[in-house]
Amino acid sequence: MTIHERELEVIEEFSDLDEWMDKYNYLIEMGRDIPALDTTCKTDQYLIQGCQSRVWLQAEFQSGKINYSADSDAIITKGIAALLIRVLNESTPDEILNADLEFIDTIGLKEHLSPTRSNGLVSMLKQMRYYALAYKTKSSN
Amino acid sequence: MNDFPIDTIREDFPLLKAQVNKTRLVYFDNAATTQKPVQVIDTIDNLYRNQNSSIHRSVNYLSGKMTEAYEGARETVRRFVHANNSREIIFTAGATASINLVATSFGEAFIEEGDEVLVSAMEHHSNIVPWQLLCDRKKARLKVLPVNDIGELQMDQLPILLTERTRLIAVTQVSNAMGVINPVNEIIRQAHEKNIPVLIDGAQSIQHGQINVQEMDCDFYVFSGHKVYGPTGIGVLYGKEKWLEAMPPYQGGGDMIDRVSFSGTSFNVLPFKFEAGTTNYVGAIALGAALEYIEHIGLDHIDAYEIALNDYAGNALRSIPGIRIFGDSKMKHPIFSFLLENIHPYDAGMVLDKLGIAIRTGTHCAMPLMEHFGIDGTIRASMCFYNTKEEVDRFVEGINTVQEMFG
Repeated sequence: MTIHERELEVIEEFSDLDEWMDKYNYLIEMGRDIPALDTTCKTDQYLIQGCQSRVWLQAEFQSGKINYSADSDAIITKGIAALLIRVLNESTPDEILNADLEFIDTIGLKEHLSPTRSNGLVSMLKQMRYYALAYKTKSSN
Repeated sequence: MNDFPIDTIREDFPLLKAQVNKTRLVYFDNAATTQKPVQVIDTIDNLYRNQNSSIHRSVNYLSGKMTEAYEGARETVRRFVHANNSREIIFTAGATASINLVATSFGEAFIEEGDEVLVSAMEHHSNIVPWQLLCDRKKARLKVLPVNDIGELQMDQLPILLTERTRLIAVTQVSNAMGVINPVNEIIRQAHEKNIPVLIDGAQSIQHGQINVQEMDCDFYVFSGHKVYGPTGIGVLYGKEKWLEAMPPYQGGGDMIDRVSFSGTSFNVLPFKFEAGTTNYVGAIALGAALEYIEHIGLDHIDAYEIALNDYAGNALRSIPGIRIFGDSKMKHPIFSFLLENIHPYDAGMVLDKLGIAIRTGTHCAMPLMEHFGIDGTIRASMCFYNTKEEVDRFVEGINTVQEMFG
């Protein structure tokens, strides 16, 4: 499945959730379902400091594809991180760098990716792209 | 609480009628900023429509009117804080700007290497960082009066911390993060016994009752207009005349000068010495309107209503299972800082926002205080005289929803 196909899948799932509370409950569920980051990875090395909540992000590069894992101390933040990971994982660095991720807007969660929220998610997305760029450079050398 | 004209008062604040996420707004973020009554909004509108002209300089009719209104606002502030004379009232951009003025100007004149400045552990960053910068510049020491487990100042430590090298105490009258009221009169009394001046950060006290700087006998008192129902970008520094006279100018520019030549410049008299450049005269006049508005309602009435609201909200919050309130002191204003067991403040804030309830989450610009409690932040609900018991009830319902969702 491509990033775009996975985005459509998420949009489809959210289309049944009209009320904000249903959306949030779904995010909470996803935040809880995501495999917990090993405590040894919850260190400053992987920390993305937001003013409101903290995010830890790790990336692995195998057979030309990136897999991220993440954690957050806030469950809604963690749920959105889980969404981004689900859409972006198992993709090549190029695919990740070219993804527009407009699905976040489509499903009505754009406010969470606003710099003013200061929840660490904007920085997390940036960090995901940095990883992709770094792996791309590494693999082309 | 019953004879307080709450309905009429709420009519004065247009934003209190706002709908947020399809529901009536409950505005509990008053410690961050307060909403504005029409009396303030109309003042600003009228000034720009009908009276705008630069103050103090021009000979034209409008300038004269504006200058008169600006100096009238200074007199209103003087009356409101009960200063001895209006030369002691300096308009600034806000409490932060006022503190920076004192830290720079007083610091320049009176702080030397090895001297000490004392702040408390519950200060807003604005009453910490200017002193840190000063201490760095002067190789002076910043000392800290600690707080106890319920967020009150450890007053028994004060005599130990006041030394021969203490040159100034800067302490808040009310904690912005917890609402705890500090015994500033006692701090000032002890400080003055040792001839140490005291700056009181009034950012969270100006809106909650009578302020009398002469009775308090503080040397400086600072506050922001936007926290007392006035506009943003305007604030006040009250300083005893003897200090303001002895302090050098802070910023140079227009209005603060007497004569300028390249061989030297002489400075204007107080209060203009500290008001460089075109001041925020519209802000100052609108602040005057805000103070007149709450004088009209009556500070004693506001105080009594807020005490009742504080008791009501305190009881309601304390009955919530799994809540931990920080600064649950008997001496406090209706600001509540708390955590819910196993729920991150950001998650709670997100859900409360969806329910139309505006609160703040995070460290509230008081990281050292959060460190003292060993936490990353809290949920803070801050109320004032236009809030109601019904809003407290909706807030408590909102917290129940949060607990159901994340529990």
